[in-house]
Amino acid sequence: MFAAALIVFRESLEASLIISIMMAATRGIPQRGRWVGAGVLLGLVGAAVVASSMGAIANWADGMGQELFNVTILLTAVGMLAWHNIWMAVHGRELAQQIKSTVREVNQGSRERSVILLVIALAVLREGSETVLFLYGVATSGDSGLRDTLAGGGLGLGCGALVAGLLYAGLLRIPVGKFFAATGLLVLLLAASMASQAARLLIQADLLPSLGAPLWDTSAWLAQDTAAGTILHGLVGYDAQPAGMQVLAYGLVLVGIAIGMRWAATQNQPKRAR
Amino acid sequence: MTYSMKPLLALVALSLVCLSGFAAPDEFTLTIKNHRFEPKEIKLPANQKIKLKVINADATPAEFESKPLGREKLIAGNSSVIINLGPLKPGRYPFVEEYHETEAGAQGTIVVE
Repeated sequence: MFAAALIVFRESLEASLIISIMMAATRGIPQRGRWVGAGVLLGLVGAAVVASSMGAIANWADGMGQELFNVTILLTAVGMLAWHNIWMAVHGRELAQQIKSTVREVNQGSRERSVILLVIALAVLREGSETVLFLYGVATSGDSGLRDTLAGGGLGLGCGALVAGLLYAGLLRIPVGKFFAATGLLVLLLAASMASQAARLLIQADLLPSLGAPLWDTSAWLAQDTAAGTILHGLVGYDAQPAGMQVLAYGLVLVGIAIGMRWAATQNQPKRAR
Repeated sequence: MTYSMKPLLALVALSLVCLSGFAAPDEFTLTIKNHRFEPKEIKLPANQKIKLKVINADATPAEFESKPLGREKLIAGNSSVIINLGPLKPGRYPFVEEYHETEAGAQGTIVVE
């Protein structure tokens, strides 16, 4: 039961953190809760589909289908998060104003809502498919007791949701004036972390050189499979033994999006928000 | 002439050695059976790219994972995958079958020398 709790906690935590960051980052956008919910549902359906066709996916691209499939998901999410942050660089002030006054609605943001939906659906799909496979394995082998495993899985999911809920509650305590700067930073780190994971998979598929594997090793100081390591991995992409290429991808995406945000903010300053 | 041929010949011989290493990519095989790795410890050569074939002989899915190697790959029931490794420095690299990682049989080590 404890083993099941641990696995489901690890798999669900990353998706939960992404959900709570996106929930916070899109504060003030009307009906975002509904879009988040739809994203979770869509992701769960996707996870089941991916899990059931995992054998077929694995055979694509000379046996590197799994890697390329996940890279595609990750890079799509990176693109969506970049778009979100650049959009927020223009509309963040407007949204903050609206939260303060609770009078006027931001009428734009229909595209932003589809970004929320897609980012969350992709996160749930990616993390969920592994959990589905794990539970499927237990259910069909029946070796360690299905009920125990489901109870453990529920516990793991609950713990993941609890951590994510605490993060969300913590974020809401940030003063409105600095709120979107904080969530923007979190989204930025999330995107960089996904780029680093994509780089790791491309190294695994032998499509990118590792440029030093690992570049450094902090596993003695903070192992990645501890609770703190897992949370840091989900939040900022902490990797105890990263390859050089991962660090490079992380840095490039971080700087690239930051430049995009700066550019969008300066472009829109004179006419103010549209 | 013969003087300058020597290093060239050495290079050809060396590349042949390398090629013979690549020619048999299925040389290194790891099998998962009853959620246990067989063998539990596998020796791999240092400083070269390696294709490690992991066979899942169980009907249920498995996941090969090694944090030190930065590798993570799902293996459907009764099938196999290729995991690209290296070039690796000499050392010990633990790996697990993530779905049963708390069980001793689902933990193994790659020894690079």
